[in-house]
Amino acid sequence: MLALAGLSYRYAGAPRPSLIDIDLQIGDGEVVGLVGPNEAGKSTVCLVASGLAPRAIRGTLSGTLTIDGEDVVDWPMHQLIGRVGIAFQNPRTQLSGVAATVYEEVCFGLMNLGVPRDEVVARAGEALELLRIGDLVERDPNLLSGGQMQLVALAGLLALRPAHLVLDEPTAQLDPEGTRLVAGALRDLAAAGTALLIAEHKADMLDGLCDRVVVLDAGRITIEGPAGAVLADPRLADLGVEPPSRVRLARALEARGLDPTVVALGAGAGGPA
Amino acid sequence: MTERGVELAVEGLGHVYPDGTRALDDVSLVIPPGARLAIVGQNGSGKTTLVRHLNGLLRPTEGRVLIDGRDIAGERVAALARRVGLVFQDPDRQIFSGRVRTEVAFGPRNLGLRDASLDEAVATALEAVGLAGEADTNPYDLGFSRRKLLALASVLAMGTPAVVLDEPTTGQDAMGVARVQAIVAQLAAAGRTVIAISHDMRFVAEAFERVVVMRAGRVVLDGSPTEVFAEPNWPALASTYLEPPLAARVGAAAGLGSTPSESSLVDALAARA
Repeated sequence: MLALAGLSYRYAGAPRPSLIDIDLQIGDGEVVGLVGPNEAGKSTVCLVASGLAPRAIRGTLSGTLTIDGEDVVDWPMHQLIGRVGIAFQNPRTQLSGVAATVYEEVCFGLMNLGVPRDEVVARAGEALELLRIGDLVERDPNLLSGGQMQLVALAGLLALRPAHLVLDEPTAQLDPEGTRLVAGALRDLAAAGTALLIAEHKADMLDGLCDRVVVLDAGRITIEGPAGAVLADPRLADLGVEPPSRVRLARALEARGLDPTVVALGAGAGGPA
Repeated sequence: MTERGVELAVEGLGHVYPDGTRALDDVSLVIPPGARLAIVGQNGSGKTTLVRHLNGLLRPTEGRVLIDGRDIAGERVAALARRVGLVFQDPDRQIFSGRVRTEVAFGPRNLGLRDASLDEAVATALEAVGLAGEADTNPYDLGFSRRKLLALASVLAMGTPAVVLDEPTTGQDAMGVARVQAIVAQLAAAGRTVIAISHDMRFVAEAFERVVVMRAGRVVLDGSPTEVFAEPNWPALASTYLEPPLAARVGAAAGLGSTPSESSLVDALAARA
């Protein structure tokens, strides 16, 4: 379990804290979505929950961060890495920058941790298969499309098998199929007991994937509850948070005095064969 | 600064990267002045490679690229940049200044704008993307989504007759998506050509008049959103892992024909009621 309690965070030199009194628990096997307008503090929650802030990105933290019941605020980075992984919004930030091929890139983290060779090969193969990027293994990571790069970065992270996972817009550059593959992989991880925190703007993806959704506004949690209910909360519109397509369309129909239940007809239709 | 559009065309365009990857294969398109064209397709289908040919960042390995009927093979990138503005997917590959104002002023200054006309171009562009209050901010103090809007403003400020946007809505909240949608409409109303790559089928159906679907470096569908998202094309879309927008799926299931946008669905339902 990942737990933030009474947690506030202010970046070094910033006039105001970016997070104020955050209480957030993500149980083992639970998928929690994090939404909110741009600059609400979503990425900061990800950086703090994964321990990168304040370790690598300086600032002042108050409150507690616990992982599986242990207070980890004073743990060094190398100790945290095996417990919680982070996927960055920009895959270029994630990639090692030194690997000549996608295969080397996916193995990079494992090799650094000194994982035995057979194990590296098995885990890398599994991650490549899971995200269906086996055909990219010989490619230069720097010559991939943005979406392919994002899948490669995620594969490298999944290969590390962190106990818990924090993802900052993991599918931002992915096509609908890539988004589905990643959602499927995350569902499998949750089923295996990983606690997952996902900051995302793709409301349709969160709608189908999350158990709970937390809304962040100006550094504070303002709404929290079951995913379906929170994503349909009318207050989200005032915050500039995009509702799922089904909610949006139903509202447009209601506004014209039409029956909103017709939206259910679109469920499942037209998806890839 | 011109408000007049240009005609962009590619003829039999092919591109093979130095590592042997074929990214484009015999692509031919004519994009008339003032067009609003969306390019969709799987990750790695050649979308970004295609648009990078439009301002000379990449040169064809086969076929040619024409602007207003003239082959651009001999023209320098600096000269082409006056006619075709390209906003990268990753803003951090574009932004280099320490102040938002300086960043946006760079392009128009290079085009010869000075003093009041330069200030006006910068102010108008920042206003359009909602960053008017951040003129003196360091771009790296802005979050990812606002850095993307800044990169967009920098290209808007150049007043190029054609603007190419590579995944402009990625990472944007509802407000940001609405802003990008309004900018597309304004550019087209001013007679400027807008080309955007997107994975967001709703954004595509709402904001564009023509959709080009790519698969494995080739164009597989090309038509209006009503044509491309019509039910008979769903298998072709599915073959490239794309799903029609929810409004199209609901409209087809309700027997209303092709209703790719929310307004077209609402209108069709209202007409039947």
